[in-house]
Amino acid sequence: MASTGSASPEVPVGLPLWLLAELTYRCPLQCPYCSNPLDFARQGQELSTAQWFKVMAEAREMGAAQIGFSGGEPLVRQDLTELIGEARRLGYYTNLITSGIGLTEEKIAAFKQAGLDHIQISFQASDEQVNNLLAGSKKAFAQKLEMARAVKAHGYPMVLNFVTHRHNIDRTDRIIELCLALEADFVELATCQFYGWAQLNRAGLLPTREQLQRAERVTNDYRERLKAEGSPCKLIFVTPDYYEERPKACMNGWGSIFLTVTPDGTALPCHGARQLPIAFPNVREHSLQHIWYDSFGFNRYRGFAWMPEPCRSCDEKEKDFGGCRCQAFMLTGDASNADPVCSKSDRHGVILAARAEAEHATQPITDLAFRNERNSRLIAKS
Amino acid sequence: MSFDRNRVPSWRPGYRFQYEPAQQGHVLLYPEGMIKLNDSAGLIGGLIDGQRSVAAIIEQLQRQFPDAPEVGDDIEQFMEVARGEHWISLA
Repeated sequence: MASTGSASPEVPVGLPLWLLAELTYRCPLQCPYCSNPLDFARQGQELSTAQWFKVMAEAREMGAAQIGFSGGEPLVRQDLTELIGEARRLGYYTNLITSGIGLTEEKIAAFKQAGLDHIQISFQASDEQVNNLLAGSKKAFAQKLEMARAVKAHGYPMVLNFVTHRHNIDRTDRIIELCLALEADFVELATCQFYGWAQLNRAGLLPTREQLQRAERVTNDYRERLKAEGSPCKLIFVTPDYYEERPKACMNGWGSIFLTVTPDGTALPCHGARQLPIAFPNVREHSLQHIWYDSFGFNRYRGFAWMPEPCRSCDEKEKDFGGCRCQAFMLTGDASNADPVCSKSDRHGVILAARAEAEHATQPITDLAFRNERNSRLIAKS
Repeated sequence: MSFDRNRVPSWRPGYRFQYEPAQQGHVLLYPEGMIKLNDSAGLIGGLIDGQRSVAAIIEQLQRQFPDAPEVGDDIEQFMEVARGEHWISLA
């Protein structure tokens, strides 16, 4: 599809292949590493069913093939079955990304009937006590286990997602064993990325280098074993960029593949971008065609012309796009700067300091700031 | 090692092969992922239905493209890769 937009001419604009539909910020859990904005409690009104139908139709027309229903907890939307049905009718591969809380066997069957392709369930830990402490719910773990079994019983492919951090990463072997027992098709061992609530709680979450290396070794051992057994289960290990010397190619480049629509209709190039001092467009006011190709926000960091040094003259800029704009903003105050994860950044010291801090951190789980309405309002006020 | 052409490929449950107009080609969709298939993989993929054997797929494509050399080898190779990636199973 030809661009009608104002992106720099040297780089053609890609298709928005991935639509992340953040249906709501409401969630029964309180995970202290949630990627939702800190001030989620004061965000605007949620889009209606009809508005989501329009978003899905427009994105599909523009080439979106994958849709993720996410949140918050998408199950709290009463129209979820309808949204799934419409997405599937439009030809999307439909992914439900859920905590499993609020899921029932009846819903799993109804979603299947509506055309849902896949369910991802997130866990907080491999053992009940830590899981429930992190989730802020006494019943969470047992419910997740029961629902994971039901998802497989209904013939879905299943991804199990574990956000790992210093309080659970030493249990990577137990996590993998649990996932194998539950017959997961994919296991995401996603070391905490520091955005939103996770950034607020970073000192209490960032694992040490030693913890990380051990977890990676354990994962690699399991990978070999699974391969030898011909198992279809795939282990995906996401390293925290805080232990890298080069930044991640965040979102595969700004406005290149991913399109997030937040509960109130704000469209973002990634789900973390809301915090940037950019007025992002809203689907209530603009077509997705305009938003993706023509809006200021989506063109802001496309191409390479916006880059200052050291990115501008860097021979790796086409590989990593200078890293993550949100991380650059959070850690340097300017989203155009090189992501400080890069050792070429003159602000790389903040990453080194965080690593050093991880060596001595003692904060227990109970001291983390939990993601709930009360804390969100306090933060928004201050 | 010889490939048994009597085996019947089917897509792994939850994996979906479809044509994407915006990409002008076929893709394989799976949980949170997508593989863009090249033209020949797209032709082969379109014949995987859990009924046709590999031999039947070869025969059909040979009929469709009588001038193409080594269609059988290409198809065997696709099946090996697709099985290795767990995109298909061979019954």
